[in-house]
Amino acid sequence: MDLHAKTLTELAAGLDSGEYSSVELTQSLLERIAAHDEKLNAFVTVTSDNALAAAERADQARAAGEGGVLNGLPIVHKDIFCTRGVKTTCGSRMLDNFVSPYDATIVERLAAAGAVVLGKANMDEFAMGSSNETSFFGPVRNPWDLDRSPGGSSGGSAAAVAARLAPAATATDTGGSIRQPAALTGTVGIKPTYGRVSRYGMIAFASSLDQAGVITRSAEDAARLLGVMAGFDERDSTCLNEPVPDYVAELGQSIEGLKIGLVRQHFDEGLDADCSVRIKEAIAVLESLGATVVEVDMPNIDLSVPTYYVVAPAECSSNLSRFDGVRFGHRADDPEDLLDLYCRSRGEGFGDEVKRRIMTGTYVLSAGYYDAYYLKAQQVRHLIADDFKNAFEEVDVIAGPTAPTPAFKLGDKVDDPITMYLNDIYTIGANLGGFPGMSIPCGFVDGLPVGLHLVGHHFDESTLLRCAHAYQQVTDFHTACPEDFA
Amino acid sequence: MSWEVVIGLEIHTQLATKSKIFSGASTAYGAEPNTQACLVDLGYPGVLPVLNEEVVHMAAMFGLAVGATVAPRSVFARKNYFYPDLPKGYQISQYELPIVEHGELFITDDEGDEKRIGITRAHLEEDAGKSIHEGLDRSSGIDLNRAGTPLLEIVSEPDIRSAKEAVAYMRKIHTIVRYLGISDGNMQEGSFRCDANVSVRPRGQEEFGTRTEIKNLNSFRFVERAINYEIERQIDLIEDGGEVVQETRLYDAAKDETRSMRSKEEANDYRYFPDPDLLPVEISAEYIEDVREQLPELPDAKQHRFVDEYDLKNADAAQLTISRPLADYYETAVAASEAKPKVVANWVIGDLLGALNKEGLGLADSRISAEDLAGLVTRIHDNTISGKIAKQVFEAMWSGEGTADEIIEAKGLKQITDSSAIEAVVDKVIEANPGQVAEYKAGKDKLIGFFVGQVMKETKGQANPGQVNQILKQKLSD
Repeated sequence: MDLHAKTLTELAAGLDSGEYSSVELTQSLLERIAAHDEKLNAFVTVTSDNALAAAERADQARAAGEGGVLNGLPIVHKDIFCTRGVKTTCGSRMLDNFVSPYDATIVERLAAAGAVVLGKANMDEFAMGSSNETSFFGPVRNPWDLDRSPGGSSGGSAAAVAARLAPAATATDTGGSIRQPAALTGTVGIKPTYGRVSRYGMIAFASSLDQAGVITRSAEDAARLLGVMAGFDERDSTCLNEPVPDYVAELGQSIEGLKIGLVRQHFDEGLDADCSVRIKEAIAVLESLGATVVEVDMPNIDLSVPTYYVVAPAECSSNLSRFDGVRFGHRADDPEDLLDLYCRSRGEGFGDEVKRRIMTGTYVLSAGYYDAYYLKAQQVRHLIADDFKNAFEEVDVIAGPTAPTPAFKLGDKVDDPITMYLNDIYTIGANLGGFPGMSIPCGFVDGLPVGLHLVGHHFDESTLLRCAHAYQQVTDFHTACPEDFA
Repeated sequence: MSWEVVIGLEIHTQLATKSKIFSGASTAYGAEPNTQACLVDLGYPGVLPVLNEEVVHMAAMFGLAVGATVAPRSVFARKNYFYPDLPKGYQISQYELPIVEHGELFITDDEGDEKRIGITRAHLEEDAGKSIHEGLDRSSGIDLNRAGTPLLEIVSEPDIRSAKEAVAYMRKIHTIVRYLGISDGNMQEGSFRCDANVSVRPRGQEEFGTRTEIKNLNSFRFVERAINYEIERQIDLIEDGGEVVQETRLYDAAKDETRSMRSKEEANDYRYFPDPDLLPVEISAEYIEDVREQLPELPDAKQHRFVDEYDLKNADAAQLTISRPLADYYETAVAASEAKPKVVANWVIGDLLGALNKEGLGLADSRISAEDLAGLVTRIHDNTISGKIAKQVFEAMWSGEGTADEIIEAKGLKQITDSSAIEAVVDKVIEANPGQVAEYKAGKDKLIGFFVGQVMKETKGQANPGQVNQILKQKLSD
């Protein structure tokens, strides 16, 4: 039985029909992880014992006619989510020794629905990076070409799903960290509306941008998981009390008459020419399904990257202050005094990219610079959000490329932060405005996957999922599997 | 040269909520270290703050009580700095948009006149934890029980002109927050403390002098002494040709002096910015009206009412309204007694507070209830006992011997008002003191006191003094 090749939805059916048990399924995936992850480095921690115990409970629940909507289905958590009793590293040396005493809200909700957690996925350190090369635990490799990056920061989640080590993974997205790796690995990634999913227990990078989502192999699987994760949580003040639709039920609706907007700036010289062809083909498919396409004007969208690289570092510089070696995490040996404790614990615990952002963020919040940088960036952020709002007056979805190029080689960009930052040029806008965004596989360039990016209006994940699902009914890019992992 | 002192106070009031400002942990004082700090208070990775709504209500009450604007929209900001007792590396406070602005209150200044002190703002924030250095060899301990305790920081305008005024202002705020029930005002436990900004300038000069900030003053006495020390230090410094340096200073109570803690150059750049984990606090006009309707009678209003309604002197009314329980005690006693409210006031201020002070007790520990004190005062009013005997009865009541009536009965202290009985004693006294009688009759009027004394002695103080006087005068003039 090639259980690993199945989607979450297919596996749910198999478990329901008794074709195999959750223990069998879990066991087979654990074996697959053991066999293949050495090549990929997608996992920081594999929680075999916990997973098998959870699978057994799920099987018992099923036998008793009980169990939630994800009962017995294996998933992977990005190592940014706190998991009780399990190491939660956030890809950093700083938290290499950190065993969380509590579960994140989404960890709790997925567990309550019966999901079985196979392990914790590798990621860029504190989710800062677009290539997974900033991880203290080493880069993750792209299953489509092991010399290439799977993207980041949710590179481990994306690689695990693309290589069929797990049918689905949780992930987070601050500037593109779900969608860009999904694009680079040929998987489906959705970042919901800011405030749709609780951030409680998700280690903060930039609080006003961070949002949890999922990476799967189909829109339907994404709908299934998101339905469980989404919804109000009183432990997160920024999590909004908005009704969560039945995403799976709404998938079937046609996209006839759906209005799709294209942003001119997203198709100019920054975009790889071959990728551009794939994106236009994908849009033609959507048109063939009844959608209409118009160009929308977003005059401020070009300011997304600079705006983001003021706001995100500012928040990160403050969010990461708690890692001081006093209560948890890495602590320098034999500190001479308090200052030495701080300097060496943080100096040793954080990697270069994290330090770069802490320094940038500290600078833009400093007396005398706050108005020129932070305040200005917040103002521009409003303008960008308004561009989206105006666009959504006319269209239901904005479509375009997720990333400017297919997967790049490991080492290619790691020493050039600006080029690296530009990888998120198409995705960052959605974070700045809090809009939901999604990437779905839409073809290949030189054997490497290309992602189609869809952005929707606030709290309208349904339309994105419906659009993606309709596309996947008539295309098979999402079912393609990297050769070495078939 | 004549100097003018300019003082502004920042008062930190701990709000009397059951749980912390951003977590569900208890705020109770005195628990074992780190037993009242949850993951949110410890600043664990991934945790988030959730505002305790009670603090908004309390801040709104304070704002309305000092005639301030309660902001329809206020914003929590992060104040970033590293310190081991600050778990997140930032304190959640309010910066550009505080919840309360533009208030005022009135104090009695050094000349005895009413004086307005402006309140610039009051904002909500979380307290930090506590570092412990004693008994730990070459290391420090951190107790985070206090971390996340809600504080209201009340910032005055630089309207205060002396240490005495500073204390009067601080006392007024202390009274108000306790009236409102938003703080226990316990200074020993650090629930009410202040920082004082002090500067001096030549009298008549518009421009402020350079100020220093004295941190963490936790008693009214220290506030007065620290400010006075600082004023003198600054004047001496300038008069000796020196300059005041803008800095933060600490008051050392043992040495009664202030010491430099850090200069302006060493000051932190706090990098304030709006906290993205918390939504702005939005308060509707209806909410504010609801709070206004629920406000208790405030000290100033109560004091004025006491003067009008009970015909008290301003000073007495001020003293009786210093706290709500005392004012309530007084009003209960007035209601239960037939005597004049003024007489009741004298007993509360003089005897009751005297007895409490003598033993260092609070009103809650009083051994005499308001009703029982009223019972005693009523017995003076209806001439059952004299004022003098009443003091004796009060003592007995304080010792737990019973109510006034029980004691009067048991000790036979009932006043003799029967004229024939008093006449008999008067006759006896006149008869026994022929010499004094002769002198009195010869014009030595002062001797009346001697005769009264003798009669009272004979009656063990129980004769009605008015009657004794009258009968004596009548008989001696026969």
